[in-house]
Amino acid sequence: MTLTTTSPPAEAELPRLKLDVAPLLVLPILAVLALPLVGSFPTWVTLTVAGLAMGMMIFIMASGLTLVFGLMDVLNFGHGAFVSVGAFTATLVLLPMQGWMQADSALMNLTALGLAIALAMLVTGVLGWAFERVIVMPVYGQHLKQILVTMGGMIVAEQMIHVVWGPDQIPLPLPASFRGAILVGDAAIEKYRLIAVAVGLLVFAAMFLVLNRTKIGLLIRAGVENGEMVEALGYRIRRLFVGVFVAGSALAGLGGVLWGLYKETLTAAMGADIMVLVFIVIIIGGLGSVGGCFIGALLVALVANYTGFLAPKIALVSNILLMVAILLWRPQGLYPVARR
Amino acid sequence: MMLHKLLSGDFPRSRLLAAALLAVFAALALAPFLFSGARALNVAATVCVFVVLVASFDLLLGYTGIVSFAHTMFYGIGAYGVGLSLHSVGPTWGAVFMGLTLSLMLSLALALVIGLFSLRVKAIFYAMITLAVASAFAVLASQLSDFTGGEDGRSFGVPEWLRPGFRLVEAEVFGTAINGKLLTYYLVFFSALALFLLLLRVVNSPFGRVLQAIRENDFRAEALGYRTVVYRTLANCLSAVMATLAGALMALWLRYTGPQTTLSFTIMMDILLIVVIGGMGTLYGAAVGAALFILAQNYLQALMKQASEGLAAVPLLANLLHPDRWLLWLGVLFVLSVYFFPTGIVGKLRGLKRK
Repeated sequence: MTLTTTSPPAEAELPRLKLDVAPLLVLPILAVLALPLVGSFPTWVTLTVAGLAMGMMIFIMASGLTLVFGLMDVLNFGHGAFVSVGAFTATLVLLPMQGWMQADSALMNLTALGLAIALAMLVTGVLGWAFERVIVMPVYGQHLKQILVTMGGMIVAEQMIHVVWGPDQIPLPLPASFRGAILVGDAAIEKYRLIAVAVGLLVFAAMFLVLNRTKIGLLIRAGVENGEMVEALGYRIRRLFVGVFVAGSALAGLGGVLWGLYKETLTAAMGADIMVLVFIVIIIGGLGSVGGCFIGALLVALVANYTGFLAPKIALVSNILLMVAILLWRPQGLYPVARR
Repeated sequence: MMLHKLLSGDFPRSRLLAAALLAVFAALALAPFLFSGARALNVAATVCVFVVLVASFDLLLGYTGIVSFAHTMFYGIGAYGVGLSLHSVGPTWGAVFMGLTLSLMLSLALALVIGLFSLRVKAIFYAMITLAVASAFAVLASQLSDFTGGEDGRSFGVPEWLRPGFRLVEAEVFGTAINGKLLTYYLVFFSALALFLLLLRVVNSPFGRVLQAIRENDFRAEALGYRTVVYRTLANCLSAVMATLAGALMALWLRYTGPQTTLSFTIMMDILLIVVIGGMGTLYGAAVGAALFILAQNYLQALMKQASEGLAAVPLLANLLHPDRWLLWLGVLFVLSVYFFPTGIVGKLRGLKRK
């Protein structure tokens, strides 16, 4: 791909796209509305932080999927497999380095965790590449077969986890220095949730910068809007797509590690379970839109946490209700992508 | 011709396939007399129910080209409807019909709402929405434990005629007691047969042809003047009703309803595997596929166990052949069959003839 095209000097400021603020406002409005319902301020803070943490993790897992769909019209139903594989790969580092994990030094904890995340992302990235080559490539443009084949790929991947790591659940304790909660006023906030929020924001910021400030990002965005046009201008959108697929898989792996540590037990089906939420998130956000995906993830997680506290019985249906409400408001999702 | 009418003019069109279908039919029809033991009869009844369940799914996937992940939800509604009604009202036929009516209405309403809501857009959208709704429903069923029995499910009594202790005639016929179990089996068998033939009638009707036209090219079907949304939604409702009936039969047979036997995602995966491996777009594929799959599920594992024990010395290989890993091999077969023989077993058998 040639990245060195000369761009004309920017003479006049191009007309900017108007930022659509309505979806952005939904989040704070929701949080403020929930406050009187929850009743006590400390509980509300705890719930909100928990929701934000969960939302960030879901965003990390969902972002790759929505980009892949936007760019190439491929919806990978096997995306959940990367989440599971990522989490299980992390155990390869975390369990032998148990000493480092339990040591009372944040630095040693972070090193072990960093290594685990690096390995998990590497493995899921490579796996994503293989998945794209073997499973997805032969069925471009055929939605029905894509759904079936990626589903089949997930079954195989899930079973392979059983083959390699055995059929049992694997406990994955948190590193020593991330355990417990800190008290802010009366509100207890689990440390790990703060870390999840931080990592999520980092990923979002990195993604935002890459997409909006680099040439590759420009091409990806253009590809989402109109792939044929980008190809006609001489860029190989196929390669771009493989890159995005690999990056998306690696992010799913990262999300898997975070989610696994959050749950503290790993099962091979964890990826498939979380996929339901991920799908709801990308539908709410608008298929193909990263910003929508971010807001959708936070929205879903916050609603799940608030209703989980207020009315546990309907908490699990709350996602569906939220999705229905959003789709009635904006049938194409919060931020519809132009082509669809 | 009688047979022509029964099969709606849709013949197997392959000697091998016809032979396989006849074998399945004969084995199922005579199961209580051919095989002894509760397990064999249980396998036969499961095959009957799955033939209907898978055939109704094929109406969506193979004939209309819609991927739904909510099929087990409708199956579960049927099973829970009959089960909970028998549990709370008591073992009467009235309760069976009340449960059946209520669950049919619920299924129909849900299918209609989901269909109208999401069938206007792409196949992929529908697949995601149904996945979300079905998983929410499964969680709901296990959460409302006061009503549904939660994870444990509900056991219940069935009307007197269907109880194992009931004897229709005292004498034994061909060495088999004519008891309630046998009657239940034949209730399941004949209902399944009737539903299967009805589905065969549907897919070979003008309505079925329109569905296939939508599968091949929905834009053209629309241009020809068919309201594709209406047809898709109708197919969705019909398939949901069939799945509900299959669920009701399963509940009557098992005298138990629980999330694991009706709502779990594994069953959804099983259905998907059977349809694709058996052959999409032919109901006979569902019949042959279901029979093979259930047999494999029940008896192949024993074979794999032996292989696994024989290879116990080789660490990873022994794991690969572990009986619990049979889904791995089916998954591989599934992926390969989507690529290389999308028409499944039935397509292969029919292809043999033409060469």
